[in-house]
Amino acid sequence: MTKAIVDLQNVSKIYRRDGKKVSALDGITFSIPDGEFVALMGPSGSGKTTLLNLIAGIDKPDSGKVLVAETDMGSLSESRLAGWRARHVGFVFQFYNLIPVLSAFENVEMPLMLTRLSKQQRREHVRAALEVVGLIDRMHHKPRQLSGGQEQRVAIARAIVSDPTIILADEPTGDLDKDSANEILTLLERLNSEFKKTIIMVTHDPHAAEKAHVVHHVDKGLLSD
Amino acid sequence: MFKLILKNAFRHRMRTLLTIVGLAISILAFGLLRTAVSAWYTGVEASSQTRLITRNAVSLVFALPLSYKEKILGIPGVTGISYAYWFGGTYIDMKNFFPQFAVEPESYLDLHPEYALTEKEKEDFLKQRNSCVVGAALVRKHGWKLGDTVRLTGTIFAGDWDLVIRGVYHGSGQFTDENQMLLHWQYVDETMQRVMPEMSGYVGWYMVRIAGPDDAARVSAAIDSRFENSLAETKTETERAFNMSFISMLSAIITALRLISVVIVAIMLLVLANTMTMTARERIPEYAVLKAVGFRAQRLSALIIGESVLIAIAGGLVGILSLFPTCAAFSQFVAKNLSGFFPVFRLAYSTIGMATAITIVVGIVAGLFPTFRVARMKTADGLRHIG
Repeated sequence: MTKAIVDLQNVSKIYRRDGKKVSALDGITFSIPDGEFVALMGPSGSGKTTLLNLIAGIDKPDSGKVLVAETDMGSLSESRLAGWRARHVGFVFQFYNLIPVLSAFENVEMPLMLTRLSKQQRREHVRAALEVVGLIDRMHHKPRQLSGGQEQRVAIARAIVSDPTIILADEPTGDLDKDSANEILTLLERLNSEFKKTIIMVTHDPHAAEKAHVVHHVDKGLLSD
Repeated sequence: MFKLILKNAFRHRMRTLLTIVGLAISILAFGLLRTAVSAWYTGVEASSQTRLITRNAVSLVFALPLSYKEKILGIPGVTGISYAYWFGGTYIDMKNFFPQFAVEPESYLDLHPEYALTEKEKEDFLKQRNSCVVGAALVRKHGWKLGDTVRLTGTIFAGDWDLVIRGVYHGSGQFTDENQMLLHWQYVDETMQRVMPEMSGYVGWYMVRIAGPDDAARVSAAIDSRFENSLAETKTETERAFNMSFISMLSAIITALRLISVVIVAIMLLVLANTMTMTARERIPEYAVLKAVGFRAQRLSALIIGESVLIAIAGGLVGILSLFPTCAAFSQFVAKNLSGFFPVFRLAYSTIGMATAITIVVGIVAGLFPTFRVARMKTADGLRHIG
């Protein structure tokens, strides 16, 4: 049996809005095996992004335990979590979130600035990541010179450049037209099948969710298959 | 990192340029004010630590007998003495004011090596009773040359005084006043013996040379006690203290100028802090993304403070570079019109150093507030700003 790369045990998260407690996640327990492609679906406000944030270590649960790559996220300080994320997590956001003043190459290089790689080594890694997403010929373009689909591919290159353990994608096709969305989904599939990356993708789109091996539904802070 | 800081700094070019201009103007204003304050302290800065001034204890207005010279010279610790009198003549018009001192030439030049003359000029000056030496700045201002006769109309010593220029001194120190005229005390005194005998045989003050600064208190006390209970009691102090007493008369103006300097620094800080706060607020989602991919708070702080310091340095550099031509132009204006107020109007290294230090400190401090905000921001909260 494949070992679990993500293991959530009775995880709850409560937000306070205008003095009222809102339960975002309510005692969720589930695990994701290494190398899996999982989709988290659900309506707005269902708690799926909160779940993704907990797995990424950018938020902490009020109760329960989050284990990712055998690390208890609750046991790490903010600073250690940042270092852990740099090694283990690649992020893909709905709105790409590239730095507009940097070229595609420089955007992809950003996570490598946190490593001890030499300039030459960084260059090789970046070129390899851009090759994977098929944008090597656009590496000197600024984000505004790229289409939405191309920007998202640069964001994916940024997510994979440091060879993370898992890739977390929050609505990666949410801001794209159908063709571009298909390109991105195909790319994610390839990263999973060819490069054996564990991918956890939050999506509204049933068509996107079809690409995943497993689909979990999140609603009102509860999980269902 | 530096590449990103540089690119971030000029992301909003107009905003950054306006901030740089604002900072440059502030540094320029700060530098000019500091230079003006320093100019008033020129006499103090040029003071020797081995010279004492002995004057009448009642007031500088009252003279001291010439007979004190030998008595002071006999006091242990005194290694030299000279004397001077404020001449107070007018050259053509009152607006041409410059200080004139009737001095005992040989001992005066011996005690004041900062007034650099050629041997020939010195010899000519010592030889001719009705001669004078003038500062180089004064010569430039009035277009005089060696051998010219300058007519002064006495306000203390009545009559017209025709003085032949036999030397032009240059200040050997950065703060030496080159706007003065030195003439022979004996020439004045001899004239006074004839026309106003009651004013003859007196000097305005004595300059006393001592072996070292450590002797100042002891020798000062010894001189003053030597003339205690006499008709003309003395007050002896270091040349620095003597010059400071003139500055203290302007203390209200100097305090106001210093206060304005502080206000200028505060304005600089606010201008840059405003820019950096706006910048950081706009980039909250970006910082959140950087945090998400593993950037620690320290790195983000370096990005923000680095950008703030970079903008501050750009503004500071423009301001400091502008100070040189502005001070030069102001110096020319001062030499022509305000030499009585500012004998030396020169940009000091200390002013440049202070402006540089302020620039860097302002850059760091202005970046602190947005840095704290970003460092404390929860990544998940920052990511919610996206969209």
